[in-house]
Parts: sequence; structure tokens; C-alpha cells
Amino acid sequence: MSLAARVTTLIVAVLAVVGGVIFVVAHYLLGGPPTVDFAAATSGQVNVTMQTDASSDPATVPDHPTWVSYFIKSPASGSWVHTTLFQVPAHTRVNVTILGYDGSTPVRNQVWGQVSGTTGGVADYGGKPVKTVNGWNGPYLIQHTFAIPSLNLSVPVEAGPATCTTGPCTNNQHSTTTFSFMTPAQPGAYRWQCFVPCGLSYLDGNGGPMQTFGYMTGNMQVVS
Amino acid sequence: MAIDMQPESDRQPGREPGGREPDAPPPPARPWWRRPAVHTALAGAVIGYLLGHLLGNVIAGQYSQVVNSGQNDYAIVLGYVLGTLGWLAGLGVFSDLLRQMTGRPVHATEEARDASAGLARYFRYSLDHKVVGLQYLVGMIGFFLTGGLLAMAIRTELLSPSYHVFSSATYTAIVGEHGTMMMMMMSSLILGPLGNYLLPLMIGSKRMAFPRIEALSFWLTPAAYIVLLSGLMFGGFPFGWTGYAPLSVQATQGADAYAVAFGIMGISLILLGFNIIVTVICYRAPGMHWGRLPIFVWAMLTTSFLMVLAAPVLVGAMYMLITDRTVQTAFFTDDLGGSSYLWENLFWFFGHPEVYILALPGFGVVSEILPVFCRKPLFGYKVAAAGMVGVTLLSFFVWQHHLFDSGINPDMRPVFMLTTELISIPTGFIFLVAMGTFWKAKIRFTVPMLFALGFYFNFLIGGISGVYLSDVPADTTEHGTFFVMAHFHYTIMGGLIFAFMAGLYYWLPKMMGIRLNQTLGKIHFWTMFVFFNATFLPLFAVGMAGQPRRVYTYARSLETLNDWVSISSFLLGVSILIFVFNFVYSTVIARVHEEGNPWNSRGLEWQVSSPPPPGNFARVPVVLSGPYEYGVKDAPPVADLDPPLGVISNAYAAAAAEGAEV
Amino acid sequence: MPAADGTVADGAGRPEPNHGLRIFLLWLPVALVADLLIWFVWGPHLPPGAMSTSAATQQSAIKIMSVMAAPVMALVLVYGAYALVVWRHREGDDEDGPPIHGNTRVSVTWIGVTSVIVLSLAVFGTVELAGPAGAGAGEGNTPIWRPSGGTPLQVQVIGQQWRWTYRYPQFGGFETTSLMLPVGENVQFNITSLDVIHSFWAYQLGVKADANPDINNVAYTKPEHTGQVQVRCAELCGLWHADMTTVGQVVSLSAFNAWTATARTQLAALTKELPPYTLTYDPNAVAQLGKVFQKAGLSGAGGGFYGSQYPVQP
Repeated sequence: MSLAARVTTLIVAVLAVVGGVIFVVAHYLLGGPPTVDFAAATSGQVNVTMQTDASSDPATVPDHPTWVSYFIKSPASGSWVHTTLFQVPAHTRVNVTILGYDGSTPVRNQVWGQVSGTTGGVADYGGKPVKTVNGWNGPYLIQHTFAIPSLNLSVPVEAGPATCTTGPCTNNQHSTTTFSFMTPAQPGAYRWQCFVPCGLSYLDGNGGPMQTFGYMTGNMQVVS
Repeated sequence: MAIDMQPESDRQPGREPGGREPDAPPPPARPWWRRPAVHTALAGAVIGYLLGHLLGNVIAGQYSQVVNSGQNDYAIVLGYVLGTLGWLAGLGVFSDLLRQMTGRPVHATEEARDASAGLARYFRYSLDHKVVGLQYLVGMIGFFLTGGLLAMAIRTELLSPSYHVFSSATYTAIVGEHGTMMMMMMSSLILGPLGNYLLPLMIGSKRMAFPRIEALSFWLTPAAYIVLLSGLMFGGFPFGWTGYAPLSVQATQGADAYAVAFGIMGISLILLGFNIIVTVICYRAPGMHWGRLPIFVWAMLTTSFLMVLAAPVLVGAMYMLITDRTVQTAFFTDDLGGSSYLWENLFWFFGHPEVYILALPGFGVVSEILPVFCRKPLFGYKVAAAGMVGVTLLSFFVWQHHLFDSGINPDMRPVFMLTTELISIPTGFIFLVAMGTFWKAKIRFTVPMLFALGFYFNFLIGGISGVYLSDVPADTTEHGTFFVMAHFHYTIMGGLIFAFMAGLYYWLPKMMGIRLNQTLGKIHFWTMFVFFNATFLPLFAVGMAGQPRRVYTYARSLETLNDWVSISSFLLGVSILIFVFNFVYSTVIARVHEEGNPWNSRGLEWQVSSPPPPGNFARVPVVLSGPYEYGVKDAPPVADLDPPLGVISNAYAAAAAEGAEV
Repeated sequence: MPAADGTVADGAGRPEPNHGLRIFLLWLPVALVADLLIWFVWGPHLPPGAMSTSAATQQSAIKIMSVMAAPVMALVLVYGAYALVVWRHREGDDEDGPPIHGNTRVSVTWIGVTSVIVLSLAVFGTVELAGPAGAGAGEGNTPIWRPSGGTPLQVQVIGQQWRWTYRYPQFGGFETTSLMLPVGENVQFNITSLDVIHSFWAYQLGVKADANPDINNVAYTKPEHTGQVQVRCAELCGLWHADMTTVGQVVSLSAFNAWTATARTQLAALTKELPPYTLTYDPNAVAQLGKVFQKAGLSGAGGGFYGSQYPVQP
């Protein structure tokens, strides 16, 4: 081959490789669910509303509609966003409402049946304050826990009366769990997760949705 | 016993191995796009994958496990397996077999060899060991660069403990891809390209023993590479390269990519090693007795034994993982009679020989290069060979040192501590040989020699830090931390990669007839040496200070050190870019031809022209003396490249008359 | 090789220096200084410190091995540097080097010396392992190196994706997320896991032991100073492996007793709900499991990976 042909081939090859790398980085490495912004606090408090669904509408959640999932209500538009990433201001009281559209699953470790780290050390199940829930025996059954381990926050979420499989759901066949906690002063990403083995058909129930952003685990981004 | 022992003219005319019958009709001429090559292979792979996927959905689509989890591992695994078979079928791997079975003349591979001189043959299922060597070379560099890019991504994330470029999920996926890519693909880094290309030249053979197996071992590597990377599309796998069960049983579809890719690569390693063993034992030229074997060939032979004996355990373990994930065999589930220890034992029974699969070829390359640039015979040739054999044997008896904290059978710990420490004795031979060769030498600082010297420096640190890890009390602090990570990067990156670079700068003139730019080579060496050490030396401290491996966030107090490491690693990346530029510039644009023996080496491979002619030697040479007889007065030439007719058969006849076993 | 081959005149008539002696004289001060620095300056600050008996063992092991490694490293480096300077190729010299193929005496000496070093290290490591009750490493469910004297304080460490919890069986079996230990008492960690393999690593205590599901992995230590203990997970366990951290406390015995008394009362309601204490932790041993299954029609707290027969249905 002539020098010109070799150089041309080379340039094409280099462009192809660089393009491929950019494509992979953009698509697979930087992609992910969106972040819902609660950073604009009103009177030192923010209200976060979420729901849990046994499975989702394939139109809304094309990737894994059969997975159990959280949705977060966007304060700006009022619509349900399929994500587990949200952003709150530092040193602020967060009032969380979780609408439970999922059936019950017992915890693997009963320690997570205890409410900890909330304001007053309790959570409200439809208005009734609870401290320790036996997820195995009732009177309340639980479906998930909402836990931010680095804040020692752990709240069992009450199981819903019916299982909704087309999340996000808007009917009123749900349980309501509410609690409040203070965000820390230190900005940063605080992971939250569920301690109920709800990844159905994954070994120990901890695979799949339990280890994937947008489903049962995510980050609470604290900004100053 | 040996097949190619006799000069060409002494043999009966017959079919070339892998070639067509002398009286068979010539293969039909076909347009290029109908001849098997990479494009037909890709088409075969796509068809195979779709078929497998369909089959998996038909078989298992309604299983409650599949419906509930929303993932069909059956479809994915079958897709990968049939895709790989389709890839090979598209390449024409099975064409000859089918033709032989149906009694038709064999010609497909013959066609691939003859009809495609020039660049096209590098994209075909070629049976020429020199083509396979160069295919391996380009492939391995590509795999290495991919793994290197992933390493850059890891260090980017570790720039800050609180600000995250990637999420923890993406980070663990990158870590897994980087580790697996480097550990599994780099196992063939030296034996694939340099071994396949140079082994026949170094022992005076016209070819490798099994050309089809040789080509197959290469063509499995791109399949493994693509399968492994495809795991990213499923979110990757969250368990590093070690794939500890039950985490790997629990993980999402990315784990299928890991298991299948590692399995494919394991098969490739078995084939590669098997071929090299047979070639070394059976294809040495007359006079190339064991005491004259180049030390690099000893390294290849011992490494090949490791591959052939260790990789089957890996393939079996991967198969068990796949069945655990699909048909739920519960090999690794404690509740159902399996054991999480089983995976750890199987994996490390492969995994520890694996690290010597990565280290031994490096020993061979640097020991081979040292005498050339010291202008002295290799000091203690037998010690060097014995060291390699010793390492090979001992490496099967140390795997439990990866499990010192696991709780498996604690009373065996002193034993494994002892075997692990014993292995540093034969490893130390490599340093004895080097130091002995330096004694009163005339050291020439060429680029290959610089890389070899860098190897010794890095491997010294890597080896000594390994002794710390063999001691249970010290290991309790260091196990699972960045200390371990720094240790094995010193032996693999600092050892294997430096040795590969030394070998590449040394042998590329032989393999391509083209010389790499030496000035760029020196810049490459110094930047790589400095930034490699700047990157990995602080990681010993990071690990000792308590940073576990594979974390996306860490203690704030370690931010400065981690930033230093990250910036050094980016500069190390720049150094690798200099190498890529040098390689591409020298081989594509400048093309400075180097046909003779630029290093004035006594190696048999340097006695023929560069690149060697088809068939390597016009006649099978008769080896007359060892390859390292530098400075020996009246040393005979290394080989007679044009031995008189009948010299060998006469010699054998004479020996037989004396009653010697031939 | 520092073989003392005397002064042999080379071709030019200039006496050949005694290279062996010169290398030895260069090496000796380097090795001495390095060893003194390691022993006296660096040694007391080596990780993981001396907060417990096992940490102190590890620190001394690292220190002693450094003292042994430094002269070896110094020898290779000094020799290498000397060789590169003295025996480098000089312009215009096209002669090959002397044809030395080997030297049995040197090789045997080298092999002998490295063997002695290596064997003594192995003996040293075994002593250090057996003496302080396994040096803080996990010893499985049948530990053979135990601390002497009295029943140690038992702490069950339960790894789960992705948090550590601790159970104190000698204090009513309460379970908590905080690790509290008394100073000066032998501690027996019983480490187990609920799901995948974790590794319990109490850095300052020098304790590291894998947490395998259904396996009781025992590790011993004895805290000797009060203070904070960083607990991390040292085995990749999935998404939040890096965040599986706790800060534990080593406190005085009286403070520890006060803490256990308080925790026992505060956690009484929870303790009633926990399964009875066992050396491995089986969530499916809870008596009321069947009720949940009937009520919710579920396959169980295992995600149902192995179908309805797993976990065992009551």
C-alpha cells in the first residue's frame, strides 16, 4: 500500500476506535436514572413522596418492568419519576411519605423491623406510630425498608392491602408510611437501600432490583 | 519420534500438515466476500446468538424464575455459546472437519493460506504460525488497551471520596471488567504472539505441532473479548475478576458474560499450552537438546504446563457457575448442600497458577534478552531452568494463601505459609541468574534492555511484597486491601507488561522486519517506568492505611494519596499512548526496514532473514551449540542452516549402531 | 556475585578491582541504615498499630519482615546499580564479556542463604500465628489457637448486604448495629453472613475474617487500649461494598457493662422477635414464617431463587 493509503486507513481506524470509546462511555458508563431535586426547602422542611410497586408498566419502565421498584414524585411537575436518586438540602428536616403498593415479604434479619434514626424514633403507619414491627407475625406486615445506614436511619415500610403491578399506581389501594429525619450537615451522596429480600428469583432475594439504581436502592444527594 | 527431525529432501513427498492432498483439485476461486474471514465470522456469530437466544426463550421463557426475575440466563448463555460456535463456523474452523467426514478433498484452509497474501490473511483462519503470532500480537495489544482504559476510569472515580463521576454500580462493573479483561486475556500476552511466532524459529522447526489448534486458540480470544465486554450492556458484573459465589450466582445477566467469556478463554489457554508443549517436545531440530533450549522456550514450556493443568479447573468452575445460575444446581449454595468455599477453592486452584502463567513468560523474555545485551553467556542456565520448573511445581500447592482469613481448615495455614514462602526460592533464581550475568558484563542500554532492567526492579518490589502476604499475621492486615492490589500490579504490570515491551522492542524487527523508533522507545520506557512506580508504590501505603480493594469511596484522609496515584496513572496512560503512537508510526508510516540481526544475537531465530521466509528454514537446521555462547573463543555457529543431505539419517544410523536409543 | 576472586590483572595491565569487596562495602551501610530506620523510626508507627494483641502481632510481623527484606532488597539494588555503572558498555569496545557460564559455589551459597531466610520466616510466621490465638485471622468453626484463661466475651458479627450487625449472646442475645468492646478482655468474634461472602475487618484491632453464609468463622483478639475501631468489609460483596463501614468503640469495662445493661433494656422488644441465638444465622428458623407465607402467598425470604422448596417451608 502507498503511504497515503496507509495514513488514510490509519485515520479511519483511529476515528472508529475513539468514536467507539466515546459511545461506550456515554451510553454505559455515564447513563443512569435522573435525579429528583428537592433542594428548594420551604421553611426548613422538604416533603418527599415515594411509592413502591410490585412491578411496573413496561411503557414507563422498559428495562425491567417485572422488578419491584420505587417511584419518586417530582415536586416540580407532580408526576411520578422512575428513579431512586433525589437531592435534598443539608441540615433540613425531610418528611417522607411512602405509599406502599406492594405485598409483604419478611425481613431476613429481624433487626430491620425496628424503626431507628427518625425524628422521635417512630414511623407512622396510616397515622398510628410504631417503633418495632415484627415483619414475620404482624400485626403489621412489611414490604420493604427505607434505610440510610450512614445516618443509622432504618424504617420498615408497611405492606399494602393489594399488590399493584402497573407502577406508577394512582389508586388508593395502598398503605401509607410516614416519618421524618434530619439531613446531615456534611454534603455528599448518602446511599439508601432496602433490607427486605425483595429481588424475587434472585439468590437470597438480594440481586436484581436490590442492586440496581432506579429500583430498590439509590442515593440521597445532600447539597449545602 | 519427532516428525520434522529430518531435512526436507530426506522425506517422502506428501501432504503438508493442514494442506490439501497433492492430487486434490485446486480450490474453486471465489470472490473475497464469499471466502471465510472476519465478516463471515461476525455473521455466523450474530446468527448463532439469535438462535441460542431463541432456543433459551423457548426452553425457559415460562419458568417462574425467569418470569419473576425478568432475566433469562438460559437464553443469554445459549446465545453466547452458539454465537461463539457460529463465529468459529463463519471463520471456516469446521469446514475441513466436515469435508473430511464427508470424504471430500480438504481445501478450505489451504485456500485461506494461499489465496490471501497481504493483509487479508490476517483476518482469516490462517494456519501459518507467523500469521497467528501477529494476529495474537495486535489482538493482545487491543485487549490490553481496553483494560487500560477501564483502569483510567477506575482512577477517575477514585479522584474524590465524595464526588462521584460514576455510580457505585458502574464503578463495580468497571472494576470487574478491568480485572477480568487483564487477568484472563493477558494470560496469553507473551505466549500468544511471541510464543506462537518465535517458538518454531527458536527450536528450528518449520511450524507448530497443531496449526489448527493454534489458530483456534487465537480465534477464541476475540470471542471471549466481545462476550466479556457485552456484560456492560447488562449492567456489568459486581464481583471483580474473582467471581466469588454466591455473589456471582446472585448477580444479574452480566455474570453470564463473565462466566462464558472466562470459560472460552480457559479453553483457548488449554489449546495454546497443549500445542506449545507438543511442539517443544517433538519439534526441536537435531542438536537442539534440552541443554541448548533457549531459556525463553523453557519459560514457555513450563507456562504451558501450568495452562494445561490449571485452566481445566477454571473451565469446570465456570461451567458450575453457569449451571448454578440457570438450572440451579446449587454447587455454591450452603443451604442446599453446596459450599461457598467450593468456588474459592476451585477458583484459586486455577487462580494461583494463573499468576505464574502471567509471571513465567516474563522471566523467560528478560532472561533471554539479558545475555544479548550483556554480551555474556547466561549465568547458571540450569539454575534458571530449574527455577522455572520449581515455580511450576510449587504453584499448585499454594492456593490456600488467598483464603487465610476465610476460615477454611486453619491448621493447614503453616503448611501453605511454608509452600508460599518456598516459592520465593526458585523465583529468587531469576535474580541470581541476572546478577550473575551482570558480573563483568558489557551492558548495552538498548530499549529492550531498559525494559528488562525495569522488569527486575519492579519484580523485586513485587516479589518482596509477596513475602509479606505469605505470612498469616501480616496478611491479616494486608489481605483484601490495596496492598495486595499494588503487589500484583508490580508483578503483572511491572513484570509481565515490562517484559512484553522488552520482547516487543527486541523481536519486532524479526516478526515484521520493521524496527520500532528507538528514541520514542526510550521516552516510552522512562515515562512508563517512572509513572508506573509513581502509581503503584503509594498504593502499598494506601492499602496498609486501611483502604479495601474495589471501593468507589474511601476515607477522606486518604484523598491526597489517591489523587497522587490517579494523576500518576493518567500520566502512565500517556506513556502507553506514546507506545501506541510509536507502534503505529513505526509499522504503518515510517516502516524502517531491519532485515538482518540488529542486536547481533546468537539466537537461532536471528539466523534467518526478517521476517522469516515461509516455512522458516529452507532446510531443517542442525543445531551446533547453545544460544548464549557470547565471548567463548572458537564457539561454533549456533546452527548449520544448510546441513548436507543425509547428515541426520547417517548420524542416527551411527548412533543406532552404537546401541543408543534414538 | 560478590565472589572474592581477588585482583586479576586485565588485558591492559591495570589491576582489576575487587568488585565483590566494593559491592559489600557499599551494601553494608545501606542495609544497616535501612534496618535501623525500620526498627526504631518506622516500626512503632507501622500499621495496624498496637491497639490489641492481634494488631500488635501483625505490626511486629510486618516490622520483622521489613528488617529481613531490606538487606536483601538493598543487595540486589546496590549490586544492580554497581553493575550498571561499572560494567556498562564503553564506546569502541566491541569485545564480548568473559564467558562465565555459572559458578556452583555462588549458586549454592545463594540457594542456601535464601532457603535459610525463607525457612526461618515460615517458622517465625507459625510462631506468630499460634502464640496470640491465630493473630486475629478467621479460624473457621473449630479454632485450634485459642486464648488462655476464662471464657472470652462473645460477639456474633452478622454480615448482610450491606451492613454489619452485632449480637451479644452473653447479654441476652440482643442485636445492634453498633460494636462496643471492653478493654483488656479476650474477645471471640463469631462471624457469619446472611447472604454472600463478606469479610469483617476491624482495622485497629487487627481482626480480619471472612463472613460466609452458614459458616461460623471464629477470630480472637484482646483490645489493650480504648479508642475507635474502623470496621470495613474487605471482600467485594456487591453494590455497596465500599459503604459497609461501622465505627466501633473500645471502652473501659465499666462503661461497657453500663452500655450492655442499657442496650439490653432498650432492645428488649426487638430481642423477643429475634430467632434464638445460633452460631450461624438462619432467618428461616423463625417460627411464624408459615403464617407470613400463607397470608401473603409468598415463596419466602430468599427471593425464591430455588423455588418453593427453598427455604424450607414449614
